Amino acid sequence: MANGILVVVIPSRGTLSPSSYELLGAGKVLADALKQPLLAAVVGGNAAALAGDVASRGVAKAFTVEHASLKDFTEEAYAKAAAAAAEKSGAARVILPSTIAGRALAARLAVHLKAGLATDVTEILSDGRVRRGYYGGNLIAEVEFKTPVGVLTVAPMTFPRAETAGAAAPVEAVAFDPGAPKTEFVSFQGETSREIDLGAAEKVVAGGFGLGSAEGFKPLFDLAHALGAAVGASRRAVDSGWIPYKHQVGLTGRTVRPKLYVAIGISGQIQHLAGMASSGTIIAINTDKDCPLMQMASISVQGEYAELLPLITNEIKARKGHAVPA
Amino acid sequence: MALNIVVCVKSTPSTVNVGVDAEGRPKIAGVPTALNPFDEFAVEAAVRLKEGAPGSTATALTVGPDAAAEVLREAIARGVDAGALVTGPEFEGGDSYATSLALSAALKKLHAEKPVSIVLFGKNTSDAGAGVVGTQTAAWLDWASVSAVKKIEAVDDKSVTVLRNMEDGVDTVKLSLPACVSTIKEINEPRLPSLKGKMASKKAVFPKWTAADLGLQPAQVGAAGAGSVVVKAALPPARPAGLKVEGATAAEKAAKLVDILVERKLI
Repeated sequence: MANGILVVVIPSRGTLSPSSYELLGAGKVLADALKQPLLAAVVGGNAAALAGDVASRGVAKAFTVEHASLKDFTEEAYAKAAAAAAEKSGAARVILPSTIAGRALAARLAVHLKAGLATDVTEILSDGRVRRGYYGGNLIAEVEFKTPVGVLTVAPMTFPRAETAGAAAPVEAVAFDPGAPKTEFVSFQGETSREIDLGAAEKVVAGGFGLGSAEGFKPLFDLAHALGAAVGASRRAVDSGWIPYKHQVGLTGRTVRPKLYVAIGISGQIQHLAGMASSGTIIAINTDKDCPLMQMASISVQGEYAELLPLITNEIKARKGHAVPA
Repeated sequence: MALNIVVCVKSTPSTVNVGVDAEGRPKIAGVPTALNPFDEFAVEAAVRLKEGAPGSTATALTVGPDAAAEVLREAIARGVDAGALVTGPEFEGGDSYATSLALSAALKKLHAEKPVSIVLFGKNTSDAGAGVVGTQTAAWLDWASVSAVKKIEAVDDKSVTVLRNMEDGVDTVKLSLPACVSTIKEINEPRLPSLKGKMASKKAVFPKWTAADLGLQPAQVGAAGAGSVVVKAALPPARPAGLKVEGATAAEKAAKLVDILVERKLI
């Protein structure tokens, strides 16, 4: 019988992202709920070198899968590798990140392991059921697996990061056969700007149609920089060509769950709320005090963004400048 | 280089603003349905591929009740040539696992009639929204797959090269055909249905395939074949009433806001 909670860590371009530790945190919650051991697998390029870090964060055992075919991410090769680790571990639940790679792997793994799948999990209940948003986050579904093995992806920024805990667990290398590859990785073009990725950002500053133009995003970027925040945007701002699609938050864009979401000149169409309503503290800055976002915000400031943003940015810089170093 | 393109589409409630009934199910009875908004980009991608390769055909495929044929008509109005409907009570209540199996069986049938080159999918549906059906369908078929595609760079009768949007940049990936390609909004600007397309969509007749027609057992599809089940649905918890930052001047408001941010340890 399947036993164990396996967290599948996928190094991104050879390094671990902080979200990997969130996965281990989610795995611990599920392992405690189901009273099963927590296991981890590091799958991909540089796995062996990264396994020590993962193995020292409260897991009973870690697995690695490393192979020339895993140098860069392709769906089939990685899924086969993750499946080999999952089968070797005998786990009852397999946890992956809700990233583009994690989601694709989870999809293929579920078919391979004949397992039910729940994506974008935001909560793990004491009986092992999980919760996730659907209908654009307007409803919360409680999901139960009908299969002996269940695969889940965990929404970013929802679980505590696992800390180093005692001695490192044993690490076992798992072999796998990639077969004849059907997908060839050609190249990677990294972001040239040093912008923070929206999906994993702890703080997001987002602008909407109320900014009036691409120029309107300039003070917004300044504020985001001062806050150390990623930049988001509403669909109308993106469709107007003021900012690229990668910044779009909402039903047709990205889903974010930062601790702080600052919405500037965004009225709060349901499609936008779908992408950010789970944020911790929501600040709305708008001239229209009655628009949906101002109504649902944790903190609302009525006023002209062009006037307010530089003042807020300067105030933050001043406070940070005067802060006593810890 | 004629391509046989298939685009998988879904009929979804035309709003995500739904409530919950007393039994903890989404209140969607009577809500109008429409082509899943993300599928519009996949349909447009299919039509553009077809237009770029003379002699190609594009077929829309869906799993759903009889009424779901409307989204096949919508796809035809937007330039797709034909449609196929997988339908029957046995398909009701399926999750991504069961639905992708049904789609894969229908694709096998189409592939046997005429080899399929590329299968296109939208990013996700506006109801369940898992965003995995394209990849799961590929897994059942053991075909290549790629998600989050923002551009189809090149295609020939053996392979397709695409740009994939990753969190930290853009990958270029080349897949052997047949392959399942899940698209994102950035891939194109969908056209509106044409008059000619609308006329064609009215006349279109679709084959209807049951589980038996696809060689599937009823236990493999719909609620019976699902790997997971939504036990109940609920509205998200209400947010506490918000705090209004007041002030005589913008500078006063800005200072007060930053005070609150410091107090709440957000900066």
